[in-house]
Amino acid sequence: MADKANTSLRKGRFAPYGLLSPGVLWLVLFFLVPMWTLLRIAVSTKPNAYLPEYDLTWRWANFSDAVDRFQPELVRSFGYAATATVLCILIGYPLAYFLAFRAGRWRTLLLGLIMVPFFTSFLIRTIAWQTILSSDGPALWVVDTFHLSGVFDALGLTTNGAFLNTPQAVIGGLTYNFVPFMILPIYVSLEKIDVRLVDAARDLYSAPSAAFRKVVLPLSLPGVFAGTLLTFIPAAGDYINAELLGNVRTGMIGSQVAKLFLRESNYPEAAALSFIFMAIITAGVLVYARLLGTEELSA
Amino acid sequence: MTATAAPDAATGPVAAPPRPHGTPVHRRDRRTLRSHLLGGWATLVYLWLFAPLLVIVAFSFNEPAGKFNTAWRRFTFDNWLHPFRKADYTAALVTSLKVAALACVVATIFGGLMALALSRYEFRGKALVSIIVVLPLTTPEIVMGSSLFTLFFGQNLDFGFTTVVIAHILFCVSFVALTVQARVRGFDWTLEDAALDLGSSPWRTFRTVTFPLILPGIGAAALLSFALSIDDYIISSFVAGDGTTTFPMRIFNANRTEIPPQVHVIASAILLAAVGLMALGAWRTLKRLRA
Repeated sequence: MADKANTSLRKGRFAPYGLLSPGVLWLVLFFLVPMWTLLRIAVSTKPNAYLPEYDLTWRWANFSDAVDRFQPELVRSFGYAATATVLCILIGYPLAYFLAFRAGRWRTLLLGLIMVPFFTSFLIRTIAWQTILSSDGPALWVVDTFHLSGVFDALGLTTNGAFLNTPQAVIGGLTYNFVPFMILPIYVSLEKIDVRLVDAARDLYSAPSAAFRKVVLPLSLPGVFAGTLLTFIPAAGDYINAELLGNVRTGMIGSQVAKLFLRESNYPEAAALSFIFMAIITAGVLVYARLLGTEELSA
Repeated sequence: MTATAAPDAATGPVAAPPRPHGTPVHRRDRRTLRSHLLGGWATLVYLWLFAPLLVIVAFSFNEPAGKFNTAWRRFTFDNWLHPFRKADYTAALVTSLKVAALACVVATIFGGLMALALSRYEFRGKALVSIIVVLPLTTPEIVMGSSLFTLFFGQNLDFGFTTVVIAHILFCVSFVALTVQARVRGFDWTLEDAALDLGSSPWRTFRTVTFPLILPGIGAAALLSFALSIDDYIISSFVAGDGTTTFPMRIFNANRTEIPPQVHVIASAILLAAVGLMALGAWRTLKRLRA
């Protein structure tokens, strides 16, 4: 962070702690402590199948049981999220590049427009996709009018002539809902690039593609990494897209956790699943942080 | 990164600084095919981003055949004339607004103070605090929701309005702290010293120097928290219990049985109001720049 260069940074003895205390207290009480209670319940056992009770027995095997039982959902969650993240990069990078270098005086407006979908609820946007992709919706109407259903099936965009209730629809929904989180960090890192570097490369007879590959792309990688985290983590945990756009075979880990907690009251199994899911994500984040340096993570 | 990305864009039209190197890179180059491809791609992406929004606004004028407002039948103003006909949806919306207002105010204050401490002071434990602030952002909602569930359940708390507000403050506070921090990065805090040296009282210094400096960041952060809170489904569903229902919960829980057009009307109204506010902000900035 730029703090290092900021010479006016003060040494505080009491003031910073006073300023921090309400927020940090909140984070400790309602973030760190719950993580501890989640872990405790994750290693508990349920004495009676019909009562929402648990005994702390430090049964670590709960974790491997959860992985065994919900392996399909875990694999699907990470698979769908990874696919959506790659799609977000493919869709978002060129757009961010356009915004940073080619949008000219329209840039501020176009940047603002990316945020506009956030002004409607995530849920309602996903319901709108339900409408668009449904059997009597506009997307299928276009496909049928131009007799393209064979082509779309062959491309893997539809399954048996249907958009809705397919894994493709779930991945599409995830991509749609999280792509702004990819575009904005990439834009921020592209925008910081000193264009004179590109000019220098060009002056030294670099082809435009080589200048991009050797100057722009490496400098924008922090944005891509940050965007990857911001897209992948919420996408892997999301289950609204899977519930609204998928079918019974597209369930993701989130809906299993919610079901176990809120409907089956099987707290140990739910907590174990939730905790192992977070552990996998955290491990991934740490690998990224190692690649990037933690500075970039919080910057 | 969230901190810089999201808020920057949230206030994009309002506060984007003029870029020193803002001239297009290859102005002297011919408009190449690649440039056109890029523009074409951007157009397609924007169409894709806005397609569902058009559907939402269009279907707010639809007269649905049954309980699901998902197939087009015929145009009507009826839904807009009776946006609050579905009492349970209206009640849920009111709950959501109350939660969002409370969460937004508390999270903005707590997060803003944390940002001030982190960006103005050097102190022991700063790195640890920074990590604790970032952690909630790298935690999936489902994990945050379920862990809060275990806490409230273990403490035998009544699930309801209070627990929802507690949870919403939690996931907003980190966003606020990072947003404000990103905004005030690189500020010249010696301005405060100057004011103090010239005999201004600390409170007056805060009021007339510090606060105006951090105000845009605070505003962006408050807006962001409000939006995050009013949109949340997953965490709320874990901590709300049976008695409290937020607007997204109402919609999701009823999704298999009904999607009334009032949902589309309310969503469109919020969308149009937000876009209107954004336009107003952009217009005011433009006026100020010209003046």
